[in-house]
Amino acid sequence: MAVSGSKCRACKAPAVIDLPRHNANFCAEHLLQLCRRQMAKAIDDYSMFGPDDRILVAVSGGKDSLAVWDMLIEAGYQADGFYVGLGIGDYSEESGTYVRAFAEERGLHLVTVDLREDYGYDVPTAARATKRVPCSACGMSKRHLFDKAAIDGGYDVVVTGHNLDDEAAVLLGNVLHWDVDYLARQLPVLEAANGFPRKAKPLVRLTERETAAWCLIRGIDYLVEECPIAAGNRHLHHKDVLNAIEKESPSTKSAFYLNFIDNMAPLLAGQTAAAQGELRHCERCGAPTTGEVCAFCRLVATAGAHEPVPVELVLGKRGRR
Amino acid sequence: MLVKMRNPKREVEMPAGRTVNRLLDDLDLVRESHLVICNGTLIPGDARLAEDDVIEIRPVISGGAS
Repeated sequence: MAVSGSKCRACKAPAVIDLPRHNANFCAEHLLQLCRRQMAKAIDDYSMFGPDDRILVAVSGGKDSLAVWDMLIEAGYQADGFYVGLGIGDYSEESGTYVRAFAEERGLHLVTVDLREDYGYDVPTAARATKRVPCSACGMSKRHLFDKAAIDGGYDVVVTGHNLDDEAAVLLGNVLHWDVDYLARQLPVLEAANGFPRKAKPLVRLTERETAAWCLIRGIDYLVEECPIAAGNRHLHHKDVLNAIEKESPSTKSAFYLNFIDNMAPLLAGQTAAAQGELRHCERCGAPTTGEVCAFCRLVATAGAHEPVPVELVLGKRGRR
Repeated sequence: MLVKMRNPKREVEMPAGRTVNRLLDDLDLVRESHLVICNGTLIPGDARLAEDDVIEIRPVISGGAS
């Protein structure tokens, strides 16, 4: 049996995890306490939502979205789930199974949409039809459907499970290209505006190692395997780079992102196309857009007319195994 | 000592007696990207592993570009 001398910083019980960025070890109970406090601090610091708000949690079946749904329910918030079936072969089948099981076991309300059944396409087909990387069609589809579900369902806010690693990796990508428009929008909370619902990311103060530990300790079954067609993408490479830095200099990742939010984001306020009032309504679906027809409706038209493409044909280099 | 890994799923036999941190280094894995589970329980980096332990190294990196 493995033997450890590490003690929990809070109670001196045997530790289950070491967190170099906090220069501390924690037992299971106090790791959960740390996660609760970090989420509460993010919600409070960034005025994400209040106890009476109706929350729609975008869930994928992965650790982060199930963790944030679990944490919000545990904290007493009114939170329903929203799941999009992306049609990425067995990966989507399995992810949907985890989400439905999570909701059913806890008696939670889950809203579901299936791209193929409801809109006539799936992510592999969209990638092939548009000749773009699958993550582009996937992300755009999800964002549109999250917004629509929140508006149609009368929710006050859409919550996603984006964590500190996600946000730091996106920030690194945006900084490397000095993409001011994206940088200006990379906030932990976006106010409802121009037909878009309010959006919040309560896990931005937690790393994905911490959210995974939350799920393990809480007994939450989630899909561990990464998306087979996201494997090898630039976003994941940025995470690897940041973790290599973090290994040599713990807490650099949180400083990079959280100091950007505190020090740099205020200077970029008002720099986005939306903030400059350049949006109109899509003539097909009514969603806010900069053109006559929104990107989602154009994707539905293009991908829906394409012969269905099996996921094996769009696998990334690391996904072919 | 049996070590179960993911992405792709595989199992390797490793000599016992090393710590979790040493095991991750030997497998060229970054601690920040993984949790280590011993016989079903999370364990910290300084835990020294025994011959009869069943170890799961679980990657925590996830996500596409959105």
